[in-house]
Amino acid sequence: MRKIKRQKEDIIIDVVSNVILTIVLITTFYPLYFVIIASISDPDALYYGEAMLYPVRITFEAYRRVLRDSTIWLGYRNTIFYTVVGTSINIIMTFITAYPLSRKNFPFSKIIMRYFAFTIYFSGGLIPTYLVVKSLHLTGKWYVLVILGAMSVFNVIVTRTFFQSTIPEELFESASMDGCNHFRFFLQIVVPLSKPVLAVMILFYGVRHWNEFFKAMIYLNNRKQYPLQVFLREILINNALSEDMHGNDMTDRLQSEKLLELMKYATIVVATLPMIIIYPFLQKYFVKGTMVGSLKG
Amino acid sequence: MAEANNMLSSDVSRTNPIIKIKKWLIKDIKRNYQLYIFLIPGLVYLFIFDFLPMYGVQIAFKSFQISKGIWGSPWVGFDHFKRFFKSYQFINILRNTLGISLYQLIVGFPAPIFLALVLNQVRNKFFKKLVQTVSYAPHFISVVVICGMIHLFLSSRNGLVNIILGYFGVDSIFFMGRPEWFWTIYVISGVWVGIGWGSIIYLAALTSVNTELYDAADIDGCNKLHVIWYIDIPAIVPTMVIMLILRMGNMMDVGFQKTFLLQNDLNLPASEVISTYVYKVGLVGSQYSYSTAIGFFNNVVNYILVVLANKVARSVSEVSLW
Repeated sequence: MRKIKRQKEDIIIDVVSNVILTIVLITTFYPLYFVIIASISDPDALYYGEAMLYPVRITFEAYRRVLRDSTIWLGYRNTIFYTVVGTSINIIMTFITAYPLSRKNFPFSKIIMRYFAFTIYFSGGLIPTYLVVKSLHLTGKWYVLVILGAMSVFNVIVTRTFFQSTIPEELFESASMDGCNHFRFFLQIVVPLSKPVLAVMILFYGVRHWNEFFKAMIYLNNRKQYPLQVFLREILINNALSEDMHGNDMTDRLQSEKLLELMKYATIVVATLPMIIIYPFLQKYFVKGTMVGSLKG
Repeated sequence: MAEANNMLSSDVSRTNPIIKIKKWLIKDIKRNYQLYIFLIPGLVYLFIFDFLPMYGVQIAFKSFQISKGIWGSPWVGFDHFKRFFKSYQFINILRNTLGISLYQLIVGFPAPIFLALVLNQVRNKFFKKLVQTVSYAPHFISVVVICGMIHLFLSSRNGLVNIILGYFGVDSIFFMGRPEWFWTIYVISGVWVGIGWGSIIYLAALTSVNTELYDAADIDGCNKLHVIWYIDIPAIVPTMVIMLILRMGNMMDVGFQKTFLLQNDLNLPASEVISTYVYKVGLVGSQYSYSTAIGFFNNVVNYILVVLANKVARSVSEVSLW
């Protein structure tokens, strides 16, 4: 009797949780899917809400126009450059800082870790940081984007935890018996043994550079240096495209506004596609990284 | 290391402790100088970009003039703070900042916990994986694109949301132009972006539950609801408490970028928060000292909140940050 009752309740829970997850799945997926179908639908179909579930009268006109726009390419090129250079600097800084701190007999690691924790809890804030950057004459220079934020204390702590748990102290001791110094040990043993954390760090820092917008907005003033996100803001939020597209009479205007909307959707796809394609393959690393971080955080 | 320690103890009787430590340190630096070299770039970086700005916070109490520098500018005490508290915008900004934060706490904080608990119930591995993969995806979309999507979807003329509302006979709503909608837009879009990613940490806590507990519950005739209530939820409470304390430390931080990108003249009464105000006053208006004072006030309140939350958590649940 009890057994039957129990099964009944469990079935209800099963059904309810599957329903909830289906709702979560649809509400997350549908907006993303809609962006894609909207970008290839006919402007009129989009405007009158006909293209809701599948693309209507497929056209690639929006993509043709977006890809002809030189700012997108410029932004893309700059962002790829900043991401590659910035992430390389991040990785080097993070690894070389985390390594000494992970050695048990390094005399200052405790005090330095405390100094690190301090920077997590306290910060000077926007204006004092801005004044420092300005006084170093970094404003307007492209490399401000890779220097500012060259190292995240949080990521150093994650990497240090990884080193501590995977590279035993004895390994260095025996290597040093054979005349191996720290430089060689670091390059030939620590780095090759740390591929999982290396992958996580490349991804964490890489995503951050790819999506960087604020620093570029406040520190750069030359359009040629702008990363993709700054141009995206102009297009998607400040409606920069509209100026050169407006026709004279009202019908022209409406028509160009419809096309403009289509182009916004196409722009979103073009800007986000690399991430969305790469991400499922790297998902397990991201997840692993958050877990390592959560142990300490 | 052992060698150094030996030297340390054998020297104790002969020299005083300071010289002894110095000697040992010099030896360590000679032996491990490469470790010290490794640390130099990181420490220099933190000194310049973290500690110098902290030193610069003093301009909140000064009347900063670029020509005189941070040190040479005259002190003005709490003038900037008084000016901010008395300004006509103060109440409104504080209300928006705390209002959005609280709204986010009430809606945004439980959402990932709920998702994790539900995901944990699902047997079908493929379905579970699918939901996870899809719900993590928005986390990787840049805030600019997210805000662009919000603008497009909420357009009053033919935005997706208004079209769908139209099916139910609801008249088109001018979401972005109405202050009363701003908080909801901010919080709900935040849930959309963060629910999947936020659930990871709770799922991790749930996978560490000892499976014997489930078996025991099964033998005792517990149904799934009991299992969730008596096993799953207690298992994630420590994580919840830690996340809650961390969140309290950000109570005064409503994300600058997203607010800034969603702001317009029409919704400004509901969307002006401390971070956007600091930006406008400081960087756009070049009132460095005043803006730093506002930012400093913000940080102090955050700090007090996190310390208080930690204290409460420690006395109530024995889980705490420090």
